[in-house]
Amino acid sequence: MVTARRAEPRLHLRLYIAGNAPNSLLAVANAKSLCEEHFAERHVLEIVDLLEQPLRALADAIIVTPTLLKLAPLPAYRVIGNLNDRKQVLLTLSTNDE
Amino acid sequence: MKGQVLLPSVTKAPTGILGFDQISGGGIPRGCTTLVLGGPGCGKTVFALQSVVNGARNANEAGMFVAFEESSRQIIANAATFGWDLPALKRRKLFFLDAQLSPETVKAGEFDLVGMLALLEAKAVQSNAKRIVFDGIDVLLGLLDDPVAERREIYRIRDWLSRTGLTGIITQKIDGMEVGLRHTFLQFMVDCVVVLRHQVVDGSAFRNLRIKKYRGSGFAGDEFPISLTTEGLQLTNRGPAELQHKVTNERISTGLARLDKMLHGGFHRGSNVLISGAPGTAKSTLAGLFAAAACERGERTLYVSFDEGAAQIVRDLRSVAIRLDVHLKSGLLKIYSTRTRGPNIEDQFGDLRKKVLAHQPRCLVIDPLSALSTKIAHLASADSTQQFLDFLRTEGVTVLNTSLMDGLETDEATATGISTIADTWIHLSYVVQDGERNRALTIVKSRGTSHSNQVRELTLSDDGVTLTDVFVAQGKVLMGVARWEWEQEEQAVAVRAEAASDRKRLRLQLAQAEAAARLQVVKMEMEARSAEIAVLAKATGSASLLLTTDRAVLRKMRHADNEERTATRTVATRKRIGRIAEEDE
Repeated sequence: MVTARRAEPRLHLRLYIAGNAPNSLLAVANAKSLCEEHFAERHVLEIVDLLEQPLRALADAIIVTPTLLKLAPLPAYRVIGNLNDRKQVLLTLSTNDE
Repeated sequence: MKGQVLLPSVTKAPTGILGFDQISGGGIPRGCTTLVLGGPGCGKTVFALQSVVNGARNANEAGMFVAFEESSRQIIANAATFGWDLPALKRRKLFFLDAQLSPETVKAGEFDLVGMLALLEAKAVQSNAKRIVFDGIDVLLGLLDDPVAERREIYRIRDWLSRTGLTGIITQKIDGMEVGLRHTFLQFMVDCVVVLRHQVVDGSAFRNLRIKKYRGSGFAGDEFPISLTTEGLQLTNRGPAELQHKVTNERISTGLARLDKMLHGGFHRGSNVLISGAPGTAKSTLAGLFAAAACERGERTLYVSFDEGAAQIVRDLRSVAIRLDVHLKSGLLKIYSTRTRGPNIEDQFGDLRKKVLAHQPRCLVIDPLSALSTKIAHLASADSTQQFLDFLRTEGVTVLNTSLMDGLETDEATATGISTIADTWIHLSYVVQDGERNRALTIVKSRGTSHSNQVRELTLSDDGVTLTDVFVAQGKVLMGVARWEWEQEEQAVAVRAEAASDRKRLRLQLAQAEAAARLQVVKMEMEARSAEIAVLAKATGSASLLLTTDRAVLRKMRHADNEERTATRTVATRKRIGRIAEEDE
């Protein structure tokens, strides 16, 4: 398959949460474990707590928490929810333009 | 009206929505949650937005609008017709949050609104906002696909509202009459429920508003018609309970001198006149006369016509010598033609209201008001008609409505309720007689006027409009040619009667002359007789003398020798006759 492995692009994620709301806690845990399992050293996971920085929600038009943004590589994706549907999350994060 | 029962614990935030603040006794509950329910196109968003906008404009309260359904750009564009100047407000006092998820959003598990509320709270503190709208939140919460989770989020909003002290409005869609069971809990949860309803009666659409629930406050629980005007949504409720119209004794001309006379000087200024009648009975002509007369007095006049263009009206009225074109040119007169089946009646009245405020007429013609009758048939709509006429009365505008009505007894007259509002009601009808149709004018009623009870005939000609007396003969009202014939006949009868009396007079004079003549004859006869008598008396008196003289003459002639004998014989003869007479007895 991918024998001559190109340096895979780094996965850049930003997760918006709201303090220790149950869904937010779940999302953080799910995001971390997914990244560890599938993207090991090739990822950046940025976590933004809207309870601390509420106005940051405006920048990325965050409506619900938790929201996970896949910023790079393209295409950008927006995943909402506590990320319990790991299959769905993985699929989304793995979809990359060539 | 209910709604005056105010508990001190409930403070209210005026919505500035015309009529709503009255029926709710001051507006929506401050610091609480108000739920606005309604089907599509009822005006939920407008209601909510207007409340926030008015808060910003009238009470200087900043507001926030969370748009789950439409983008804020769309909302601002849609509200452009309302003249609220949203773009300016948005810069200073209104915060719009676009809360639509893009279609590419992937859902991977349950979510909540904690983050959003944190953002809103920060924004509220920043802008010192007092009111907030969650418009179409069901769109977002529907994604949860879990009634329990949905409910949890709604409770979260409510708790957040009461914690922050913001006055909140949540809009929610309903299908048909009632909310899906899934959302009924909302109504129990919130402090105030406003239901907007869009219904279709006989093909005409109506919007209604009803306050279903108001914790800690009295309210008017009726359904009130609402309309979307250029000022936004407004209730066309019955206005203030107490009527305080100014009345005057001023009379203004109907445009027809004879009719003025019948009404003792014309219509009252500021009154409401209804002219009803079958098609073609010259209702519009009377309306035209009124308008022309108003313009001639120099009064601004508005002529509202349904389904008939201005040019047509001017032309038609010109055929009966009513000139409106000059007044149109001078700007005194405005003709506004619209379609019957246009926007719904509330909007139509909203439009008219605007036209009235723009032109500031002293006299107004609506021709015909019954164009709206299919819509007016509906109670709510009759309400809005009344409301409009009420508004005109407050403005002191004299209104002349025409109404298509075949008879006075039709239901229409009562259904519209116009007949009760009308101060003066003139009915025009056709009288069919001897193969012709003539127009008859009756004053059905005229408040504050001892009007004429008589029917008059209305005639139209190139020279104008005239009212003529009608003749009542053999219990029938005579009009048109019959009246003319009757008039001719009456003249002929008079001539004949005069001739007859002339003849009689002559005859009598003759008789008198005869009698006089006879009297003369009799008199003359009498004279003759008297003369005769006199003559006779004279003759008798001289008879003896004559006798003696005669004898003497006679004796002389006989030479007087036997005169004694003759004399004796005469005596003897007489004696003999006397004896015979005695013997006979």
